[in-house]
Amino acid sequence: MPRGKPRHCSQTKRTGHLVDLMEFQAKELFAKHGVATTLGVVAETPEAARAAAEEMGGVTVVKAQVKAGGRGKAGGVKLAKTADEAESYARDILGMEIKGLTVNRVLVTPATPPVEEYYFSFLLDRSNRSHLCIASVEGGVEIEEVAKTNPDAVKKIRVDALEGVTPEKAAAIVDEAKFPAELRDQAIEMVQALWKVYVEEDATLVEVNPLARLEGDKLEALDGKVSLDDNASEVRHPDHAQFEIREEADALESKAKDKGLNYVKLDGQVGIIGNGAGLVMSTLDVVAYAGEAHGGVKPANFLDIGGGANAQVMADGLDVILNDEQVRSVFVNVFGGITACDEVANGIKGALEILGDEASKPLVVRLDGNNVEEGRRILDELNHPLVTQVDTMDGAADKAAELAHQA
Amino acid sequence: MSIYLNKDSKIIVQGMTGGMGAKHTTLMVESGANIVGGVNARKAGTTVELGGKELPVFGTVEEAMKETGADVSVAFVPPAFTKDACIEAIDAEIPLLVVITEGVPVLDTAEVVQYLEGKSTRMIGPNCPGIITPEESLAGITPHTIAGKGPVGLVSKSGTLTYQMMFELKDFGFTTAIGIGGDPIVGTTHIDALEAFENDPDTKAIVMIGEIGGDAEERAAAYIKDHVTKPVVGYVAGFTAPEGKTMGHAGAIVSGSSGTAQAKKEALEAAGVKVGKTPSETAALMREILQNL
Repeated sequence: MPRGKPRHCSQTKRTGHLVDLMEFQAKELFAKHGVATTLGVVAETPEAARAAAEEMGGVTVVKAQVKAGGRGKAGGVKLAKTADEAESYARDILGMEIKGLTVNRVLVTPATPPVEEYYFSFLLDRSNRSHLCIASVEGGVEIEEVAKTNPDAVKKIRVDALEGVTPEKAAAIVDEAKFPAELRDQAIEMVQALWKVYVEEDATLVEVNPLARLEGDKLEALDGKVSLDDNASEVRHPDHAQFEIREEADALESKAKDKGLNYVKLDGQVGIIGNGAGLVMSTLDVVAYAGEAHGGVKPANFLDIGGGANAQVMADGLDVILNDEQVRSVFVNVFGGITACDEVANGIKGALEILGDEASKPLVVRLDGNNVEEGRRILDELNHPLVTQVDTMDGAADKAAELAHQA
Repeated sequence: MSIYLNKDSKIIVQGMTGGMGAKHTTLMVESGANIVGGVNARKAGTTVELGGKELPVFGTVEEAMKETGADVSVAFVPPAFTKDACIEAIDAEIPLLVVITEGVPVLDTAEVVQYLEGKSTRMIGPNCPGIITPEESLAGITPHTIAGKGPVGLVSKSGTLTYQMMFELKDFGFTTAIGIGGDPIVGTTHIDALEAFENDPDTKAIVMIGEIGGDAEERAAAYIKDHVTKPVVGYVAGFTAPEGKTMGHAGAIVSGSSGTAQAKKEALEAAGVKVGKTPSETAALMREILQNL
């Protein structure tokens, strides 16, 4: 949305995104804040996995590193008795697809078979506008199942945003979740350390599943999931940049990110550019409905160019979208709020000049709002063969879908 | 009548001397809103001319309120300092605080919202376009030229969809249009605004605009069912958004079945709210209601 952006960076900065970390990254943060865990070794080749397993000796676990749950069920987690096995499993797992994500690295750790498995998390509770702790001593992989069949075993405890987790609060959490008495002190310490990860790193989720009771009554985070608040990373955690792993992103998304565009690639034929996240989401809907009458064409992407649609931002956006091979037509949907439509029209004009012959697909433009007459006049005058103006959002969506279907 | 903001509102701007603050203070002055000053500790005692009006700069919100009688503050403070600016305004007991700033760390917002408990301040935002009572006052960045005064109350998560809907219904006009912001945690919720519109005699019908993610719309639906007697028309953006993709607002995340546009639509319809599939269809539903009033 064209909001006041009292920040020094460009108006198209990606904001409000949550950055999900991979297990090995989450564990690095755990270790940093004193959560008992085993870091292990990250391997990008079967040979490296072998070397790591050899170095560790004994039984190891080879785990796919992707930002998705259900890795074990997908065959992405294997117990290797020897270094040979570790290498062979790593070979199977690397390159594997889990929920559409390609596995490019595995984490090799010494196998530490749990005696019992618990579940623990801190998360942002939108409904209650506060933080929530979820804890269960009947944890493990099937926590969601437990939550359904035995909800009493899954404790949900509100955390006051101002008080946070004091030693007393940590003790109350541990007692309410009914951690075994012999683990109480360890558990209280771990809850406080996990809270430190949550607040000091500005996370919106810190999850440990399983939180394992190992031989010798030692508590350890065997797995970890952390989501970071991108707003906070921008404001006060420059070191979080290290967690960004780009190769997994779609090539177009990566290009868009380099240009500071708020772009998400989708599976469709009508490229979308708009201003304001809500309006762009709404545009996707309107195009999808319009597509029903035109061979089922769908929106190809989400792209919010923010409040000030200047020529360079418009050109960058068009450049990304026109490089999407699936795209057959582009719908530019702008409501001039603070931004005047003549500025947007000049942006489109400038973008077409910048792109020259690169601009090769029809553009349907709908402008409305602030200074719309002048904006429409500029585009009429431009009289570009690729540009069609339509006055309403619905009409323009229909036209864009029609053009995508014909192409 | 209107909600939260009217012609008597006296507005100060926190961060008035910054780029966005100055730009939008100018626009607010030009809209006819009664801007009475700004706050910037480093420029206290000076004045700034914006929109043809000489505005005093004060060191603190408290001082600004004491000197001007201000009862509304609009904050255009950078995200790193937003929490402190909010706490300052709340401590000064400003009745209405509108936080426009985008990019505020959500843990900061959670602290501020907790801090608000039991205090006299109402906070709108952050990451929102603010609030407009057409032809009376503007505390935020909504263009004052889109629509005039009328019988519709509007509450929305999204800024541009607020503008779009005001534009669609400009021939009817609005009592107040409020953008509550798209962040996961905000000060004023859909339910707060619905309650205020229900109690405002001039508001005859309400448009509520939501977005995928969270369960605010579902909660609003439950509230409407039990507490709102006026006709409500709803719109939810993001029907075709794929699961697991973040679409720009931290709030607009679909994960699993809860939080989808379809789930929200069903919840609203079960509460007797007519839900449009597009902004224009939503406006048409409202038009029908208004014509039959």
